[in-house]
Formats: sequence, structure tokens, C-alpha cells
Amino acid sequence: MINFDSVTMRYPETGDVLRNVSFHLQKGEITFLTGHSGAGKSTLLRLITAMERSSRGRVILDGQDLGLAKEHQLPFIRRKMGVIYQDYKLLYDRTVFDNVALPLVIAGYGHYEVTRRVRAALDKVNLTGKEKKYPLALSGGEQQRVGIARAVVNKPPIIIADEPTGNLDPELSAEIMLLFEQFQQVGVTVLIASHDISLITQLNHRVLKLDHGQLVAS
Amino acid sequence: MKYRNKNQARNNVQDSSAKQANRQTKVAGGNFVDKLHAYRDQHAHALFSSLGRIVAAPFNLIMTISVLAIAISFVSGFYILEVNIQQLAVHIEANNQISLFLRDDVSEAHANKLAESIRKNSNVQNVKLITKEEAATEFQTYSGFGSAINELEKNPLPIVLQVLPKKNLDDIHELEALQKEFQQSPEVDVVQIDLQWIERLQSITNVVKLFANMLSILLGVAVLVIIGNTVRLELHNRREEVVILKLVGATNSFIQRPFLYAGFWIGFISSIFAWFIVTVLMLILRYSVEKLSSLYGGSFHMLFLSLTDTLTLIVVSSLLGVFASWTVISYQMHTTRLKKQKILKV
Repeated sequence: MINFDSVTMRYPETGDVLRNVSFHLQKGEITFLTGHSGAGKSTLLRLITAMERSSRGRVILDGQDLGLAKEHQLPFIRRKMGVIYQDYKLLYDRTVFDNVALPLVIAGYGHYEVTRRVRAALDKVNLTGKEKKYPLALSGGEQQRVGIARAVVNKPPIIIADEPTGNLDPELSAEIMLLFEQFQQVGVTVLIASHDISLITQLNHRVLKLDHGQLVAS
Repeated sequence: MKYRNKNQARNNVQDSSAKQANRQTKVAGGNFVDKLHAYRDQHAHALFSSLGRIVAAPFNLIMTISVLAIAISFVSGFYILEVNIQQLAVHIEANNQISLFLRDDVSEAHANKLAESIRKNSNVQNVKLITKEEAATEFQTYSGFGSAINELEKNPLPIVLQVLPKKNLDDIHELEALQKEFQQSPEVDVVQIDLQWIERLQSITNVVKLFANMLSILLGVAVLVIIGNTVRLELHNRREEVVILKLVGATNSFIQRPFLYAGFWIGFISSIFAWFIVTVLMLILRYSVEKLSSLYGGSFHMLFLSLTDTLTLIVVSSLLGVFASWTVISYQMHTTRLKKQKILKV
């Protein structure tokens, strides 16, 4: 589903951020991405989400080479994945409902379908009843879960999460991980960037470890 | 979590995933009607959400809209001024008589014959003969020198033929040609026509028109720039939102749409205000203008913006708004990429 083929990423200011990274994530696989800060986790995620193109090597997502994708194709590539951001990236002038509905509205779903799915997604992250609130009225953990609901509402084949449990207590973290596993069981590919060693060791999933831009374990 | 066990949850996920697959093919697949509906919904959403933004925070735009309304009212004010001057000019030219003063030795019978022949001219609408006696009576009544004429032995006034040219003959050159034609008849002494006055009026009208048109173009450009700048600021304020929309897979046209509609609303609302400004100003002016006109014995009625003018005003302003925001947005979208850093190709 996600295929890195000797990918190198080089910025003029910082030099190589990723060096010759290769891995292959199968469909329906949960994988953790870990490493010290500055190891290149964020850059790797930016490559997958087509926010940047690699300096060398190929990033192939669902059979499509992102390096060759045209600008106008990128929105449709991004719709294949639900991305959960560390800083949530919510729209603060819109309600929880509107935030979660965003991917559906963009994809052109009808009103009825949008309502139904948003309710289901909010239900999955235990935020039922908060749909009319604005994100700033919610706690950090709740905002994080709004972000998660937005990422899964479109039922994408790929879920990318950047520190999804960073603001959640252990109990909630476990529930979110359970949610990811549910998605995995229906064939969704999940990639989770995390520092949370206890969470990673607790769950028996594949781990990609980055060190100074190089893949040291996979 | 709500689910009792993993299995139930899995069924649930699978179930809705299957439904989603159905829907997915509906949206992405061939069903044209569904696509059309979704497209219409998106447009309706953008149309009303952009209006909602303006209504929710009217003070953000009130200054912009005031400036635009004033600029647009200037343009439409110039237009209606032109229309009225045009009407005035036509009014004057319609009463454009040519007076033929006949030689002293021409008899009344001869004059009648001449009038008859002039009446046959295709450019002439009517000919009126004023005899020496009629002229004297008229002179006595209107000139204020009534008694002076009685002192004279002989009536010095000539026979006059008042020729009224055809209505469509408002071109000065044609009038001049007609004048020359009359001049050639041996019975005619002097041909008098207020060509100079008409000429002056027409050139004044032309200068005013030209000036108004140039100012209108400048003001139109100003309107474009103001709307463009407003939309640019709006885009800047909502930069974060644009980035998030891109991240969740919005196409450029989806992102641009609310801004285009915002431009439309700004133009639309400004033109409505402009219409009110022009109409109120003209109502204030009407009394004075019509009083002035009545002093000159004229029946000049001020023309207001017609329905067609009003619709044109609104449509053109709205389109200017869309055009201005489209120009700005497509330029900005082109330059706003998600890339933050330069990447070296190795």
C-alpha cells in the first residue's frame, strides 16, 4: 500500500533529512514509526501525504508514484488517507460537526449522508453530543479526538497518525488504538508516528525506527 | 467504547465500509445526476456560507462596501447625467426651426407658392407662413417696442417662412445642407438657424461624455482593485483554513469557490447601495431641475435609472466582483504551495 524505494530527502539548509529509506507497508497492516526528535519522522509523513516530493527515490502510494503525480491529482491522492496531526489542524471558527464533515463535503456527499457519517465517527471517538461545540471549548484530548474523527469519517484505505495519543490519558489511548485495530481488520493500512514506547511495546505491531534519517529497524 | 466486543465493532465497521464502497462508486462513478447534485450542493454551500460570513461580521466589510458603493454610484451617476443631457439635446433639436426671411419685394401669393414647394421637400416636416401683418402683431405683443412700429410709415417686417425639419434630422450637417438649399432660392433673403447653439451644446455634451467615460473606466479599475485587495486580505486571514482544506484533499476550485462568491456578494451589495445613493440624490435634484426647466418654459422631465439600467448595474458590479477575486485568488493559489523549504534534487 505504501512503498518507499531508497528515498532520500535533502534540504539546502539542513542537508539529508532522510537517507536511502526503503520499506513496504502491506494493505491492512498497522505499523509504528518511531525515532528521536529530528530523526525524520515528520518529513517521512510529509512525503506520504504528498506535501513534498522526495529528492531521490520513489514514494509509491496505492500503486501511484507520488513523485510523478500532477499537481491537480494531489487532492484525490490525499483523499485516500485520513491524517491525524499532532497539532490537530482544526478550523476554530467552525463547529465540531463541520470540522468532521469537511472531508465528506469536499468529496461531494449529500447532506443526509454527511450527517449520518459524522454522527457515526463522533460516536466512535466518544464525542457524541459535542457536535455543536467549537473546538476551543473542548479539552486538548477532545480536540485530538475531533481530529481522529475527521481522519476516519471518509473511511479511507490509509490512516496516518502523527502522535495521535500525545494528549490522551492511557485509558483513552488504549481505546483509540483499539479503534485503529478495528480499521486494520477491515483492511485499512495504519501508520502511527509515536514516541510512546510503552504503547508501542504493549501492542505487538511492526515498528519502523528512524535514526538520523536512516531506517535502523523495520 | 460503545461496542460490547471487538466482533460487533468489526461487523459495524465492515457494514458501513460496504455501504461506503457503494456510495463511493456513486460519487466517483458514472452517475451524472448524483454528481450534478453534489456539485450544486457545493455551490449553494459556498454561496450562502460566504454571505453568512459577511452578515455575521458586517463591520469587517462595511468600509469596503461604502467605498465601492460611492465609486459605483459615481459611475452610474455619470451615466444618468449623460442620458439626461442626451434627452435635453434631443428636446432642443426637435424644436429646431429654420427661419426663411423673404425679400421685401416678394408678394404673399408668391410666398405661398414657395412654401408649397418647400413642403414637398422630403426633409421638411412642416412650413408655416407668417405674413407681414402677423409678424407686426407678434412684434407688438412680445417685443415691448410695440408703439415704435406704429410710428413707421411702412411695415418693415418681411414675410417669414418657418420651416420645421423632419424629426430624424438631428445631424448638424444635414441641417446645414438644408440651409444652403434654401439660401439658393432667389426669393430668400436670409436663412437663420441656431446652428451655433446646437453645435456648442453638442460639443459640450461630447466633452462631458468623454470625461464621464474616462472617469468611469478609472472608477471601474478602482472597484476591481478594492475588491481584489479585500479578497486578498480575506485569503490571508484564512490561510490556515486553506492549508487545512488542502490537507484533507480539497481541490483548488473547492478552496477558491467561497472567495469567488465573497467577491460576488461584495459587488452585488455595493451595487444595491450605489443604486440607492443615485436614486436619493436624483430625487433631491429633481425639484430644482424641473423648476429650472419650467422657468425656460420647457417640459423637461428628469430620467431615472430604468429597470434595465438597474439590472445592468447590479450584474456588471457582481461580475466585476467575481472577476477581481478570481484574478487575485488564482494568482495567490498559484504562489501558495504547501512546500515550506526548498528541496535539493540529488
